[in-house]
Amino acid sequence: MYPKELRYSKEHEWAKVEGTRVRVGITKFAADRLSDVVYVELPKVGSEVAFMQTFGVVESVKAVSDLYSPVSGKVVEINQALVEKPEVINTDPYGEAWMIVVEPRDPGELKRLLDADAYMALIGERQS
Amino acid sequence: MDEPLKRTPLYAAHVAAGARMIPFGGWEMPVQYSGIMEEHRAVRTRAGLFDVSHMGEVDLVGPGAGPLVQRLVTNDVGRVALNQAQYTPMCTPEGGVIDDLLVYHVGRDHFMLVVNAANTVEDLAWIREHAAGDVRITDRTAEIALLALQGPRAQEVLARLTAAPLEAIRYYWFLDGVEVAGRRALVSRTGYTGEDGFELYVNATHAAHVWNAVLEAGRDAGILPAGLGARDTLRLEAGILLHGNDMDKTITPLEVGLGWTVKLGKGEFIGAAALARQKSLGLSRRLVGFTLRERVIARHGFPIQENGRVVGSVTSGSFGPTVENSIGLGFVPPTDAEPGRRIAIEIRGRAVEGTVTKLPFYKRPTGGA
Repeated sequence: MYPKELRYSKEHEWAKVEGTRVRVGITKFAADRLSDVVYVELPKVGSEVAFMQTFGVVESVKAVSDLYSPVSGKVVEINQALVEKPEVINTDPYGEAWMIVVEPRDPGELKRLLDADAYMALIGERQS
Repeated sequence: MDEPLKRTPLYAAHVAAGARMIPFGGWEMPVQYSGIMEEHRAVRTRAGLFDVSHMGEVDLVGPGAGPLVQRLVTNDVGRVALNQAQYTPMCTPEGGVIDDLLVYHVGRDHFMLVVNAANTVEDLAWIREHAAGDVRITDRTAEIALLALQGPRAQEVLARLTAAPLEAIRYYWFLDGVEVAGRRALVSRTGYTGEDGFELYVNATHAAHVWNAVLEAGRDAGILPAGLGARDTLRLEAGILLHGNDMDKTITPLEVGLGWTVKLGKGEFIGAAALARQKSLGLSRRLVGFTLRERVIARHGFPIQENGRVVGSVTSGSFGPTVENSIGLGFVPPTDAEPGRRIAIEIRGRAVEGTVTKLPFYKRPTGGA
């Protein structure tokens, strides 16, 4: 449920290092808490995001939540398919439901994120 | 707001079924079990079972009961036959909606009012304050559990648990003293989802038994327990109002399209003069339905714009799983209330385009079984 290779923010985003880039999405916990996601708003390619500043919004029938970037840098890709089909956030939060890819300005920021164990402790879950 | 949350007799059943519980109107209620979308679709296409035991039940008994109800509500209770139910607002002298409720004509000189959970205490106080003559007022909320079985297969499912002639219960009529799964129930053909269905009033001690029996009887029909989340999306698609969201004491029934429940000719009732005045002077705002071009959700309080100018605000908004659109209700000036009118909703600083839409957004197919 919380892959070991990912880093996690306290606001429930995940970050995956892919070479010099970082792919970003939200965790299973966040997706479950939101329940059925119906809408996602993502930044434009080329825009700047900052560490733990909002980069978008995700909405379910029940609630609206800000998305926080786990790293500072330039957005080099966005998941346009997700805008059309936001429900995959509920079914495949670490795969199809990735949100943005960032070219980080300071990869050191990733060290400030949580590893899977620390994240699970945060949300009060144990690896099953 | 520091009062501890109340729990229905089905609390343990909800937790066991994996429900997510939330505070609602002073109660701890299930918002969803398997998921709002899935539960919504089950109700539209098969059957869903809701625990709405948080609703308040107030019994009015005695020769003064009929006249009291008639004075308290805007609709004409004189037209309600025995075993019939009626939807009606209850207003302040200024015409504001204190609550919207169902009046059940249970017996000669016996009416049961079913009121919204969040308003039960205030309603009771209001009713008692206006009581006159020979009438006994009893709050039966704690002893009555209310289950709502809704969906196209509701009758078929319920028929497995009762010998009562369900097909003979017409819309907004009921049968009292019916056995459902071996327990005594009042069974009404009412609901809040836009689907055919029944509401089952049972003694709180029998709630879990009846709940489980209905789920079991509906299993092969694909019944699902459904929570408040689906209840809200279902009622919104059906264009049904929610007190506290779409109306309150500062809003009159005429402004929200409930003019049909205001019977000015029935004789004196609380709010009559104000409502008559408003009717003759005309309305300054009207509640309308709207559909947005995007799936982004217009939430309660968001501004409604017309040509860049704020003209009103959203009262309810959600994504409609059946209509597959972002839909909502809100106030606009009467001049902007025509279906087809272009409006925009200000959502987090952005004007999202939409269209005033005729209500309901969803209407169930009629005829055929």
